[in-house]
Amino acid sequence: MTVRKYLILLAVVIFGSCGDVCLGRGMRDFGAVTSANWRLLLTVLWNPWVITGICLLILFFCSYLTALSWADLTYVLPATALSYILMALLASVFLHENVTPGHWLGIGLITLGVGFVATGPSLTVAAHNPPREKPDPARTQVVFDKGTGSDV
Amino acid sequence: MTTAATWAGIASIVVTATAGDVLQSRAMKKIGDLGAIQQSHGILYLVRRVASSSRFMLGLLFMALAFFSLLVTLSWDDVSVVGPASASLTFIANAFAARIFLKERVDHRRWLAALFVAGGVALLAR
Repeated sequence: MTVRKYLILLAVVIFGSCGDVCLGRGMRDFGAVTSANWRLLLTVLWNPWVITGICLLILFFCSYLTALSWADLTYVLPATALSYILMALLASVFLHENVTPGHWLGIGLITLGVGFVATGPSLTVAAHNPPREKPDPARTQVVFDKGTGSDV
Repeated sequence: MTTAATWAGIASIVVTATAGDVLQSRAMKKIGDLGAIQQSHGILYLVRRVASSSRFMLGLLFMALAFFSLLVTLSWDDVSVVGPASASLTFIANAFAARIFLKERVDHRRWLAALFVAGGVALLAR
């Protein structure tokens, strides 16, 4: 794992949690959306908080895809679970939501989970092969040169 | 009260979200390191390469299905039930799916991480 890769994981955490908090803040300006007033969802899209939230979530998705291009799914998901903690803290500070002892216990469990996975390799292969940190450069070059096209 | 319909909705969220994550992960591994591709070929080539991946598009479709399943299930039951249950079960389902479909080596450390994070998310989302 290089510094750049840790920064990508950090970007997943920060963009994801900040995006969700911005969406939450924006939706507070409108109240509950029901089948009777579903058109409210169109109005919501012009709210500055919602627009900011959507932009941040697009950045989250880009960094999430980048992380998945060089790390296992079972590494990326727990490693970026810190976003749940950051989201709880941001919601507590900026949205004045209540953080209960149960929440703190949840934060502790997530931190333990992240600690477990972060100390292991980010990329593995089939169970009978040893883990590897980086994709084979020769194989990667072949993939680059394939150009566009279906890969299913 | 949580009904059978709610649990069917939660199961639908978990299955579609897991399928979306697995397909996205498979598509990204097939394409290669996005950062390296962007440096060598530029951002436009990268966007075209990702957007032309049928696996990626199928993953997006499943993610959209997961989102709408969540919306529908939230109309049947409380967010305090649907949110924690779907999020934590998706973590566990992803560990199984990654082992089966992506052939990832999910050792005891990753199983523990998935279980701890799933439990933490369940507590945090209540």
